[in-house]
Amino acid sequence: MSHAVQQISKDQFDRLNGEYRRSVSSKNRITLLGFVILMILVVSSFYGSEVDLNKFIQNIWRFPNYFYEITPKLTFNNFFGDISEWFWGINKWIPQLGETLLIAYIGTLTGAIIAFCLGFLSSRNMAVSGWSLILARRFLEFLRTVPEIVFALIFVVSFGLGPLPGILALTLHTTGALGKLFSEIIENIDFKQVEGVRASGGSWFHQVRFGAVPQVLSNFTSYTLLRFEINVRGASVMGFVGAGGIGQTLIEYIRKFYYSDVSAVLILIIATVMIIDTVTEKIRHAFIGTLER
Amino acid sequence: MSEQRIFGDAFTHRAVVARHPQFFQSIWTGKKKALTIFCLALGLYLFGWYSLGASFGQLWGGMGKFGWIVGLMLPPDPGSLHLAWVFFHGLIETLSMAFLGTLVAACLAFPFGLLAAKNVIPNPLIHVFIRRFLDTIRGIDTLIWALIWIGVVGLGPFAGVLAIITSDFGSFGKLFSEAIEAADKKPIEGVQASGGSKLHALRFGIIPQIFPIIASQVLYYFESNTRSATIIGIVGAGGIGLYLTETIRTLEWQQTSFIIILVLVTVSIIDWISGKLRLAFIGQQAR
Repeated sequence: MSHAVQQISKDQFDRLNGEYRRSVSSKNRITLLGFVILMILVVSSFYGSEVDLNKFIQNIWRFPNYFYEITPKLTFNNFFGDISEWFWGINKWIPQLGETLLIAYIGTLTGAIIAFCLGFLSSRNMAVSGWSLILARRFLEFLRTVPEIVFALIFVVSFGLGPLPGILALTLHTTGALGKLFSEIIENIDFKQVEGVRASGGSWFHQVRFGAVPQVLSNFTSYTLLRFEINVRGASVMGFVGAGGIGQTLIEYIRKFYYSDVSAVLILIIATVMIIDTVTEKIRHAFIGTLER
Repeated sequence: MSEQRIFGDAFTHRAVVARHPQFFQSIWTGKKKALTIFCLALGLYLFGWYSLGASFGQLWGGMGKFGWIVGLMLPPDPGSLHLAWVFFHGLIETLSMAFLGTLVAACLAFPFGLLAAKNVIPNPLIHVFIRRFLDTIRGIDTLIWALIWIGVVGLGPFAGVLAIITSDFGSFGKLFSEAIEAADKKPIEGVQASGGSKLHALRFGIIPQIFPIIASQVLYYFESNTRSATIIGIVGAGGIGLYLTETIRTLEWQQTSFIIILVLVTVSIIDWISGKLRLAFIGQQAR
């Protein structure tokens, strides 16, 4: 019986197989080593963060129970009455939500404007001098690394309670985060247009204004809108440390175990975040459509 | 004047403007829409400052006080060797929380990412439902999750780990499903054409494509979680954040700045390591 597929001889097969095994085994060794390191890290962080599986198993029922507790008791007969009782504080919560959104808006916009200026200073191709480049980069890195809540904690002490420390904290963090993204966008521009402006005698300012800005504006807008989404979430917890917005009310309800109020406020926050997400996504696509190069 | 002698009046400013008026318009002409948006944005901005009641006096006075506090922060000083050790221990706790939280969240989110991907589960009912579920989880901030988990397992870093797991679960689910949907169809078809089952297609068609992307996303989240693990201590979920809040509340500014610098150094070390690892992962799959 003849085979349709030609078979290779035994020793040729052994040689090919040996080569294959050798090349695979070195790769496998690296994978194994990575896996062992990973396991060591997992076990040590298991102890480092005091994971207690016994406690977890004994108390896990509290987690679904919490959601059961915060769910309001709605009856079919008095459905609308129950709803209005559930959202009894809507007249107080909506202005607080508005305040949260305004904190996020002002923080994002101010941060974006500062990041716009620092972005040009901290991009390699448009930087004015080596020193300002390094300085601007380190400064942005610092702002990015310190979490906004930490800024808020310090600002609450120096500026007093209220939305102002929240705004400033969001501004600083946004400056750091957007500044890095902006400088990366600027580093990727087509440099011929900047050279064109320079060749016709434009100053540094002219090069930025007419060479770089038209190329980067749509991306800047899109990233700023994305940051606005993130900042709305951030602003919703600013109140935890006394820096304005709905967070103050939420943490009060959570700490005092006002169960149905917790769920009402949470639902309002989640709904707001989802609406903002959808709206900014629409705006972002519209912007990319109109400003497409 | 020599140009004028050679070319006549053809290249005087006025002549050029007359020939090409479109290049000499104000840059705002024909941009009514952009101008309207700009005015609206500015109006909302000013209205916001006004309605939030933040006065210039408060800003100015606070600036002075803030400068004073910054002065008090220098030089950074843990106070005593014992406290320095306590802070260092808190830092280890924070790192463990971030690491374990990110890893477990990634493992849990992977199956949900598959379920939420259109090309794995063609049934729109399932993937839309899973997506909404993940969106809801993402809508709640890590701090709120931490508060809820503290009610379940008590104060301490374990609650922080669980909070990071829950909130990252939502983000990872979404990111993974997007990565899976962007996967190339041809390897999957290839596996199926040579007689592989659906599971084979998943294992040999999809996973090799998305693994580098997922690994780099997980590393990126580990970086950002080191930062956010710092703050969950604020509500009592362990780690260095607890000490950070305490030192701010008790106005021990030198210790505050010491902790901030400790965190800054750690985060930049982790940034550097994970940057190298990310490059290695992506480099495996030549692109």
